[in-house]
Amino acid sequence: MNAPLGYIGDRPSQRLIPAEPIVRLERISKTFPGRDGQPVTALRETDLSVQQGSILGVIGRSGAGKSTLIRLVNGLEKPTTGKVIVDGADIAALPEAALRHARRSIGMIFQHFNLLSSRTAAQNVALPLEVAGYDKAEIRTRVEELLALVGLTDKRNRYPSELSGGQKQRVGIARALATKPKVLLSDEATSALDPETTRSILDLLGRINAELGLTILLITHEMAVIRSIAREVAVIEGGRIVEQGDVFEVFTRPQHEVTRSFLADEAGRALPPYVAGRLRSEASPGSQAVVRIGFRGPHATDPVLSRLARDLNIETNILSGSVDEIAGRPFGTLVVGVPEAALATTLDFLKQYGLDTEVLGHVA
Amino acid sequence: MSPEMIRLIAASTGETLYMVAVAALIATAFGLPLGIFLATSGKGELFAAPWVNRVLGVVVNATRSTPFIILVVAIIPFTRLIAGTSIGTSAAIVPLTIAATPFIARLIEGAIREVDQGLVEAARAFGASPLQIVLKVLVPEALPGIVLGLTLAIVSLLGFSAMVGAVGGGGLGDLGIRYGYQRFMPEMMLAVVVVLIVLVQAVQTIGDRLARHLNKRIRHA
Repeated sequence: MNAPLGYIGDRPSQRLIPAEPIVRLERISKTFPGRDGQPVTALRETDLSVQQGSILGVIGRSGAGKSTLIRLVNGLEKPTTGKVIVDGADIAALPEAALRHARRSIGMIFQHFNLLSSRTAAQNVALPLEVAGYDKAEIRTRVEELLALVGLTDKRNRYPSELSGGQKQRVGIARALATKPKVLLSDEATSALDPETTRSILDLLGRINAELGLTILLITHEMAVIRSIAREVAVIEGGRIVEQGDVFEVFTRPQHEVTRSFLADEAGRALPPYVAGRLRSEASPGSQAVVRIGFRGPHATDPVLSRLARDLNIETNILSGSVDEIAGRPFGTLVVGVPEAALATTLDFLKQYGLDTEVLGHVA
Repeated sequence: MSPEMIRLIAASTGETLYMVAVAALIATAFGLPLGIFLATSGKGELFAAPWVNRVLGVVVNATRSTPFIILVVAIIPFTRLIAGTSIGTSAAIVPLTIAATPFIARLIEGAIREVDQGLVEAARAFGASPLQIVLKVLVPEALPGIVLGLTLAIVSLLGFSAMVGAVGGGGLGDLGIRYGYQRFMPEMMLAVVVVLIVLVQAVQTIGDRLARHLNKRIRHA
């Protein structure tokens, strides 16, 4: 290791050289020996960077390679080719002892919590500290701090079997933060939790990111998780990152088909069944064009449709719609039916207002 | 029942307890590390050494498939080397230990393999070394299973100890054969069986209670 392991308190702003991503995967490929002798490729020539202090969400279907990706970052898996740079050190090239040391600055939480059933909440949180050789008094103070941080002070002497799923994940988070890591890896940490508990765990992660400046890399198969916590998103499919960027950008202007399919279930993007069932790709006599309008940021609340009716005398037929908040910014979606004859004029008009339009098809 | 008989039963019970206790202790001392190694040395595991693992596995199986009475006789030269004699209660501890060690090793291997691999992954992720994973994760998590395994091993040792009369080992089993069967004293046979039943019950009860106390996976009232 080239640098002493810092405390959580080392804010990004205190670093002398900013702008260097804290996690950088460079041209990573990973193949596993398959069962029938055919090697299985989990990742192909993948690049990914996480900026210090950011929250990056990687979303993909099961088998897309996201588990492998996150396990490369703390060296639980070694890449077949490529580099894994975390806080300046190439994790993939470190010898075992140095790797163990480096892992103390990379916390990890898991879908199934992975707590020791034989240890109480406090003892579970203490384990990484015992392993790192802290003395007893230090461990006691640190454990109390961490339990207070995750709101479990009163549960310190409970065994995992006596805790709810959300409480177990809080213990998992406290344990992951014990050695004051710079990066937190979250492996589907909310996938085994109900929606309400998921929300409270994501809030906690968001708070830890904001208050401690901790960089978070999370993988998930749920867009809702990305939407509520991540600042950046990477979409992984077939071992490649197919789309990456700011969460608001990707949510409101998805480029890749896989991203669109993940967003299809999001509120406002799904067509009501009575429209979806009658949708045709060609216009026919008497049909209407179905147009999706995306209202981003400043235009999200503009009364555009009434202006369309007033200024151009074009009447539209609202089929579905919603207004939502993504990464803290408002985003609206409207699906409208437009007379075929007025389609071109309408699209021009909407573009003048800076709105996104997409012709989905035609209904008779 | 004459005072002489009671004295004989008491002495034999003492011999049995002595043999079983010492054999269980030594067999655990060897069987515990052996079991842990068997559970962690397979391909891709913490102390991966697949060939050593395979060879040890074969040795363990071979020892376990040898009938105990044959083992007792077959290793007489080895027993003499260790105990200085091949006859008597102390000498009988040698074959008992050798029979119990691979048995205990397999039971402990099984208990360790029951531990969720997710815990090993979590421990690796926070920087634990393989030895720390064994001592701080695998053994504590497997402890209830290990205690149940050792209980089973002690009960089996009580059974095995009945056969060491063949080399003058003494003990309850020997008493039952020589007095109850060969001298046709059914009351002696009955007394021996009753004492053995009480011993087995006591060992099993203590083992079960201890395992339940150690098992934090289930909620206790």
